[in-house]
Amino acid sequence: MRKLLSASLALALAAPLGALADTQSDIEALRRQIEAIRADYEARLQALELRLKAAEAAAATPAATAPSSPAPAIASSGGGANAFNPSISLILSGLYTRTSQDPAQYAITGFSLPSNVQVGAGSRGLSLSESELGLAASVDPWLRGAANIALQPDDTVSVEAAYIQTNSLGNGFSLKAGRFFSSAGYLNPQHSHTWDFVDNPLAYQALLGTQYGDDGLQLAWIAPIDQYVELDAELGRGRSFPGSDTGRNGPGMVALIAHTGGDVGDSNSWRSGLSMLDAKADDQSLVAANTAGSTVTNAFTGSTRVWVADAIWKWAPHGNAVRTNFKLQGEYLRSTRSGSLVYDVANLARPGAYRTIQSGWYVQGVYQFIPHWRFGLRTEQLNAGTPDYGLNAASIASSGYRPSRNTLMFDFSPSEFSRVRLQFARDRGHEGFGDNQLFLQYQTSLGAHGAHSF
Amino acid sequence: MKRAYLVALIAAPLGLLAFPAHAALRVFACEPEWGALAEALGGPLVDVSVATSALQDPHQIQAKPSLIARTRNADLVVCTGAELEIGWLPVLLQQSGNAKVQPGQPANFAAADYVRKLEVPSQVDRSQGDVHASGNPHIQTDPRNIALVAAALGDRMQQVDPAHASQYAQRRADFMLRWRQAMARWTAQGAALKGVPVVSQHKAFVYLYDWLGMNEVAVLEPKPGVEPSASHLQQVLSTLKGTPVRMVLYAAYQDPRPSEWLSKNAGIPAVMLAFTVGGTEGAKDLFGLFDDTLARLLAAEATR
Repeated sequence: MRKLLSASLALALAAPLGALADTQSDIEALRRQIEAIRADYEARLQALELRLKAAEAAAATPAATAPSSPAPAIASSGGGANAFNPSISLILSGLYTRTSQDPAQYAITGFSLPSNVQVGAGSRGLSLSESELGLAASVDPWLRGAANIALQPDDTVSVEAAYIQTNSLGNGFSLKAGRFFSSAGYLNPQHSHTWDFVDNPLAYQALLGTQYGDDGLQLAWIAPIDQYVELDAELGRGRSFPGSDTGRNGPGMVALIAHTGGDVGDSNSWRSGLSMLDAKADDQSLVAANTAGSTVTNAFTGSTRVWVADAIWKWAPHGNAVRTNFKLQGEYLRSTRSGSLVYDVANLARPGAYRTIQSGWYVQGVYQFIPHWRFGLRTEQLNAGTPDYGLNAASIASSGYRPSRNTLMFDFSPSEFSRVRLQFARDRGHEGFGDNQLFLQYQTSLGAHGAHSF
Repeated sequence: MKRAYLVALIAAPLGLLAFPAHAALRVFACEPEWGALAEALGGPLVDVSVATSALQDPHQIQAKPSLIARTRNADLVVCTGAELEIGWLPVLLQQSGNAKVQPGQPANFAAADYVRKLEVPSQVDRSQGDVHASGNPHIQTDPRNIALVAAALGDRMQQVDPAHASQYAQRRADFMLRWRQAMARWTAQGAALKGVPVVSQHKAFVYLYDWLGMNEVAVLEPKPGVEPSASHLQQVLSTLKGTPVRMVLYAAYQDPRPSEWLSKNAGIPAVMLAFTVGGTEGAKDLFGLFDDTLARLLAAEATR
């Protein structure tokens, strides 16, 4: 009892002491706050004085500043209804092609592709190359929208990309919805006008139908560490090769992608990654050669898994790429297709099992040796594997031929917005038809400033 | 034992997510001058990472992986704006997945918004070269601009990191005082440069000329961002016959050859200026930048 009494007495005595200490620290805090406010106001006053002086100087010497700056205020964008127009960019490009073999007869030996996948040099002579109209703007504070409309030389128009993307999810997440190129590999998400060569590598043509684009969703995440680590997950309908529009409710394509990268010193940077893309196909028409040497159309039903390993390394002295720079990149693609194949749909229509593992790689280097001038070399090879055609094994040709190509490129860019390119390729993609291909291309970009992607 | 592993497996990625809870305010500065300013105004309160160096052309940067990772982790992005970083900053912001540093957010600071810009074109067309619709973006070459940006950036740091507002205010007042004293010294030193006619390689120093009253007679680049051609250099050389100049100026990141060519043929000194912090040995911070710039200009002016 006495203990309790003494304790409460001690507490009662201590309380005002505590309060005293509190007032002491309060006063200290107040003093600090007043100091801070005073310092803040002094800084503001100084800034205002400086502004006043600058304005006075501007007013005193109108002749000196008039030609350079008609509006001495913070630049504001133009008003009116146009102020909200999206930024517009237009890619104009043209091509001259000369080949020693007829491009219409071209096929990559051992690789059955749908007829709408463009392989080879395209059309001979002068032609418009793909021109592209790009529109992009913020939708609202949370979304951004972008579209790329491709204008093809044959007067057709296609939607290359049309998507919305979040910029406000936070924690490194962003979500994309609509039509876009898959982020798999290094070259796949890049639009054709940013390629270093006129055409895409054979491995992309044969295993991803030149470039894999789809309608779907993409969730991207950047890890919260100093090392760049990006993980992407994509769902799509599987609308293009190696998928085909299957008409199902679920996704026809699923992709998982991981990339990492960084700098080595101030002159080198790199990025590498691994991607896996699964696509489903139903009754996909594939053009193939039969043992008699004629062309047949088969129908494939099943699934395809494509692995892409990519690596890129860039060098520029002190990171200043304006004078000289070097870029080395390589990718390895491996595709496994399994399911069933109906041989010669039009006539025999004979079903059988089908399983094949095909692969391909390319390595290319591009060197800017003086400002504006670059040259590049690319070497590549495909491996058609030994497909298992089941019951149809006797009907379909498979020769073990390894398609390959070597390409030399030389380009000149008068400015950041224009480029002229000369390219020569020795294409051994089609067995027995070595093709010498020459391209002369111009590429220009109008309107909104292009992005300097890595 | 097995459960411990399981817990560790689950905890490891969660630990990774918790990592951003970092004490210092992480500042991502596009150019070295803003990195140095953030460092001066934030001191131990900030952790500054600078995207570019003084040896790189700030127009021509790529959105490389290391920059994406740093943008993703930034609490405050400090850039020049005025379209200087138009080729790469939008890509970084878009890819970063960092909501707080998006344009229009308090943590996205554009220095050029706080100064009076020069050379605002009345007409924007790429036939004029790499022009910037909102004016010349190289604002850091005038110390008066640095003061204006410092005042605004100090405000912004207090807004973004309110827990340390009084410390930011204190540091800013201290910086402003020192800057004011230094500016008085520089302005006095620079008086000798008033009216001095010069040639520049790129339109990189208009704010410097505006401050010191120097007179830009010609530019070696025929159009902004277009490399000087032999014929244009000859043309500049013949212009100089009629209006002699004292020196030709170029920035540390630029190819020195056009300026050296003119130096040799016109018999005038070619002066390399730091252009930003880190561009020369002397330009270690913002004070060093202007000390060094003035020393170089005065040394060249003294050689007659």
